[in-house]
Amino acid sequence: MATAVRALIHVPRQVRRGDVVEIRATIAHVMETGHRPDSEGRRVPRDIVTRFECQLDGTPVFAADVYPAVAANPYFAFALRAERSGTLVLTWEGDRGFRHRETTALEVT
Amino acid sequence: MTLRRRTLVLAGGAGLAFGVGPARAALSPALVEAVQGWAGSAAPPRAGRVRLEIAPLVENGNAVPISIKVESPMTAADHVREIAVFTEKNPQLDVVRFHLVPANGRAEVATRIRLATSQHVVALARLSDGSVWQHAVDVLVTLAACIEG
Amino acid sequence: MTRRAGAAGAAALLAGVLAACSLAGSAPALGPATGVGADTRRSGFDDMSAALQALQRDDTQNPGMLWVHEGQALWARRAGNGRSCAGCHGADGDSVASAAARHPVFDAETRRPLTLAGRIDRCRQRHLGLPEEGADGAEVLALSAWLAHRARGLPIEAPDDARLAPWRERGETLWRRRMGQLDLACHLCHDERAGERLGGAVIPQGHPTGYPAYRLEWQSLGSLQRRIRGCIVGVRAEPFAADADESLALEVWMRRRAAGMTIEGVAVRP
Repeated sequence: MATAVRALIHVPRQVRRGDVVEIRATIAHVMETGHRPDSEGRRVPRDIVTRFECQLDGTPVFAADVYPAVAANPYFAFALRAERSGTLVLTWEGDRGFRHRETTALEVT
Repeated sequence: MTLRRRTLVLAGGAGLAFGVGPARAALSPALVEAVQGWAGSAAPPRAGRVRLEIAPLVENGNAVPISIKVESPMTAADHVREIAVFTEKNPQLDVVRFHLVPANGRAEVATRIRLATSQHVVALARLSDGSVWQHAVDVLVTLAACIEG
Repeated sequence: MTRRAGAAGAAALLAGVLAACSLAGSAPALGPATGVGADTRRSGFDDMSAALQALQRDDTQNPGMLWVHEGQALWARRAGNGRSCAGCHGADGDSVASAAARHPVFDAETRRPLTLAGRIDRCRQRHLGLPEEGADGAEVLALSAWLAHRARGLPIEAPDDARLAPWRERGETLWRRRMGQLDLACHLCHDERAGERLGGAVIPQGHPTGYPAYRLEWQSLGSLQRRIRGCIVGVRAEPFAADADESLALEVWMRRRAAGMTIEGVAVRP
């Protein structure tokens, strides 16, 4: 498998001050539930993303506690009122030490 | 082959959260208990203000798009603090818990969930005043007829 | 969903294919066009629920886009020998933007059809010194996804190459051959009963317009070859090897059958 973790972040462009925009984030992750049997009938161990967070200039603006019932390649969308330009940092944590971070700009005119 | 079961939507306005009505299936005791555990207060969550959008008929339970919208001004004085989703018949009833702040501007979230079988899905919102609201939807999940593995 | 009468359905489908070939301008003269009426072919997209259609259409939500973006990055990446796809084919891949619409082609070197995934795999081995992966190898799949995305909106071309004709015919023979413990032939479901239901699922016509596709059943992106293997296992038959003549013949036939239909990019399918 390709080694880099893949993530897809969507932040609207041309955002005016006061707009409420939708941020969308997808990360590649198998989200193995821990309930599935392998080809020999043994349970495949759980391997999921457990937490997703978004911070704007260091302030938490969204978080999700994630359980195995969230689909593979987990997708989250949430709203954000755009007050001023800033830096969005999105982080994912999960089983087996999984950690990934994406940084993107929120440009507000 | 026709679908035998009809989709049931327990809408908020009717005011019945967990009741058994003439045309409605009751939520399972385990689900009621899980929801109550999260909601925390003595009274059951009230119906209303929360809208869970999910297709009533799902072709594949591996990835079901859902969105939850809560009526709220999202001000410091009056906002949604948490949105939780539970299922009834998955191996584990918890699905996801979202934590919101007034800076979100709108209490609207979306994700994709897994449904092991046809069942109720419940979305709940905890507001800044401590009140808890809910919306439950009954979802039919069909499977691929041609099984690969 | 409209129910299609069995006999009329197959004839209408064939008429539609012939009409499409005439429109594409690549078919030899076949006599007066019998398929003057509407093209009755439908993509599996049309058989999906509104929620899944919306998911496919939205590039910010379609899970297959994870692979498209990865493919775009791989296109530019230099291999150990310092070369990259972009180095020969251009940074934005303009010269190969229609590649997904044009393959499989007849490959003079091997004297067999060559699928797009096969060409990507071979190119990477030969020019970038990278290992063979197969159509569903991680990087070949991502590159296939990116090229399918680039070809979105283009019509599937079924080149009128006489050298492909025996492969097409063999593919059609396989399409019509009963196989497996369930003793079913592809055309019984996907021509004669498309639009009807098997269990709770609508039977699609089975066109390759959206491949590689993010299939919810796989919880991953997969190639057309993977999907065909799944179908064959589904009727409890032994699937063909990925590079077997039968696999190539079926793909050539399916492409011809879908000639003129629009490429969807990476689709979402249940």
